[in-house]
Amino acid sequence: MSVLVGPESKVVFQGITGKAGGFHADMCMRYGTHVVAGCTPNRGGETFVGHDADGKEINVPVYNTVKEAVEIAGANTSCIFVPPLGAADAILEAIDAGCELVICITEGIPVMDMVKVRRRLETTDAKLIGPNCPGVITPGSCKIGIMPGHIHKPGKIGVVSKSGTLTYEAVGQLTALGLGQSTCIGIGGDPIAGLDFIDCLKLFNDDPDTEAVIMMGEIGGNAEILAAEWIKENMKKPVAGFIAGGTAPEGKRMGHAGAIISGGKGTAAEKIAALEAAGVKVAPTPAEMGVTLQSLL
Amino acid sequence: MNIHEYQGKQVLARYGIAVGQGEFVTTVDAAEAAAKKIIAETGNEIVVVKAQIHAGGRGKGGGVKVCKGAAAAKEAAEAILGMQLVTHQTGPAGQKVRRLYVEQGSDIARELYVGLVVDREARRVALMASTEGGMEIEKVAEETPEKIITENIDPLLGLAPFQARKIAYALKVGEGVPEPKKTVAQFVKTLMALADCFVKEDCSLCEINPLVITGSGDVVALDAKFNFDSNAEARHKEWAALRDTDEEDPVELEATEVGLSYVSLDGNIGCLVNGAGLAMSTMDIIKHYGGEPANFLDVGGGATKEMVTKAFKMILSSDKVKGIFVNIFGGIMQCDVVAEGVVAATKELGLQVPLVVRLEGTNVEKGKEILRNSGLKIEPADCMGDGAQKMVASVK
Repeated sequence: MSVLVGPESKVVFQGITGKAGGFHADMCMRYGTHVVAGCTPNRGGETFVGHDADGKEINVPVYNTVKEAVEIAGANTSCIFVPPLGAADAILEAIDAGCELVICITEGIPVMDMVKVRRRLETTDAKLIGPNCPGVITPGSCKIGIMPGHIHKPGKIGVVSKSGTLTYEAVGQLTALGLGQSTCIGIGGDPIAGLDFIDCLKLFNDDPDTEAVIMMGEIGGNAEILAAEWIKENMKKPVAGFIAGGTAPEGKRMGHAGAIISGGKGTAAEKIAALEAAGVKVAPTPAEMGVTLQSLL
Repeated sequence: MNIHEYQGKQVLARYGIAVGQGEFVTTVDAAEAAAKKIIAETGNEIVVVKAQIHAGGRGKGGGVKVCKGAAAAKEAAEAILGMQLVTHQTGPAGQKVRRLYVEQGSDIARELYVGLVVDREARRVALMASTEGGMEIEKVAEETPEKIITENIDPLLGLAPFQARKIAYALKVGEGVPEPKKTVAQFVKTLMALADCFVKEDCSLCEINPLVITGSGDVVALDAKFNFDSNAEARHKEWAALRDTDEEDPVELEATEVGLSYVSLDGNIGCLVNGAGLAMSTMDIIKHYGGEPANFLDVGGGATKEMVTKAFKMILSSDKVKGIFVNIFGGIMQCDVVAEGVVAATKELGLQVPLVVRLEGTNVEKGKEILRNSGLKIEPADCMGDGAQKMVASVK
């Protein structure tokens, strides 16, 4: 068991004919993910050639619209590699076509576009992951995104994080300790995005095969504080955490669009305090994320 | 991306929002000429000389002077132009004033605050207004939050007129003015235009503080603070002309131009990391072990050898850097590409300070081999904690 993605996921890659889209579609296929279609406007009718785990070629049909990918190829999940100014439209198209899960990897989508996308999400059951995220992986079963598959190991730890490489760091530490992962979700570092910490914690809380959760947050906004409040009231499983950016100066955007302390709000210190008050064990350094989680088991 | 007040007022004027008559100048003589012209055309001998820097709090720092007559305006311009203006937003070093805005004086009856931001929790644009115009809004929010009225804007509908009216009546803009109906209508029109402007111009912040009501009951924007969403830069070619690079950190600017994310800090340990979260964490762990990071540097997920070379050269060329920590967890980023970039940069500039390298992930063996064969004096690290400790120890 796992959450969000697994053997039942049938994926359409929007932007599969681009360099990054094609490269990662192939990497996901080599991991064992069912990539059933590609979608790029005006490229319908072409074939994308990917490979399975043994390196054998697999032909993937490319369509002009996501609707065709859903109706003809049976896609239920979309993974988006469309450039920033077209990415919000790509998300809307995937939702409209009936994809249940939309994973948007694209970094740099204008915030105003994402405000509109969030409005659309209020009127649908579809879930959005990202944008500006590494994607979602259920180790050994399904990888949809850009994370390096080989560092993961199937198991029972749920991972949720705003940052890509910091997630890899945590996963690497867990795997080295022999602790496999149920599902790893990168929710992305943008100020307006899809699923947040609470949404993911709920999924892990209800997943019988997740035993404990590690969450990595960062400065900016108050999503971690809201998550702490939710954990205090609802979480039945142990949670370890880490907050990046304790040394970041105020008013400076630290790489991620959302990682900025403004008006003294959104600091690492207040987030760590809130998480600890909710019973979350916060790792003192990023090198100790794995052992901190291990100490809870 | 920030712009100046005078540029912000040009944007407001395009949306039909009333702003005072004013001129942007860069010399004392031009300031005097502008003052003479404004006085002649408005028939009012009061003009205001305002320093144009990107930070707020200019008035308190002595960067805004109300003058009677062109001679006084000239004197004010002499005092302000070239000064090192220190405000609560500039830091102790302040910001050099290179530009001035000379504006007609206003007959101020009331000062209000109006601002728009993206509310991350509501996932909407929020319009905030307050009767406490002219004050630092952060202070008002802290001390008297009940004085701030907020309306969230539905992105499909835009700001609805009734929402603007609600704010107008809550702030009592129709009280104490000659024609209440006219003032309320002007205020509502201003808010509607502002909401429209915020979305169309891809703002991340827009503040008018103060928005004044004049003695005759007119609604006029006396200040304009804009911050644009840099993600939307590609669809706003006009922003290039608004950019004032004097107001930006030259190193950060250089980094942005080549697609790197860089922030200067006060410490002496240079950091080169891939990914924003890991880059922040690397700073944190250096600090944890008693060191001080000199910078935040994210080379990104898909950096090329040229980008890594550029990034490493930026760190190497800083005088304050006494040691360099490279921390890479390669996913998309390949360790051998990082290694090649590091070697290329040091070949060009030399390496005078200790270098600690931690490589993990994709092509890690290839990367380590490149570093081994480079002949460079590199201290390898097994993991992030090990690397940070070695780094801190070697700069002490």
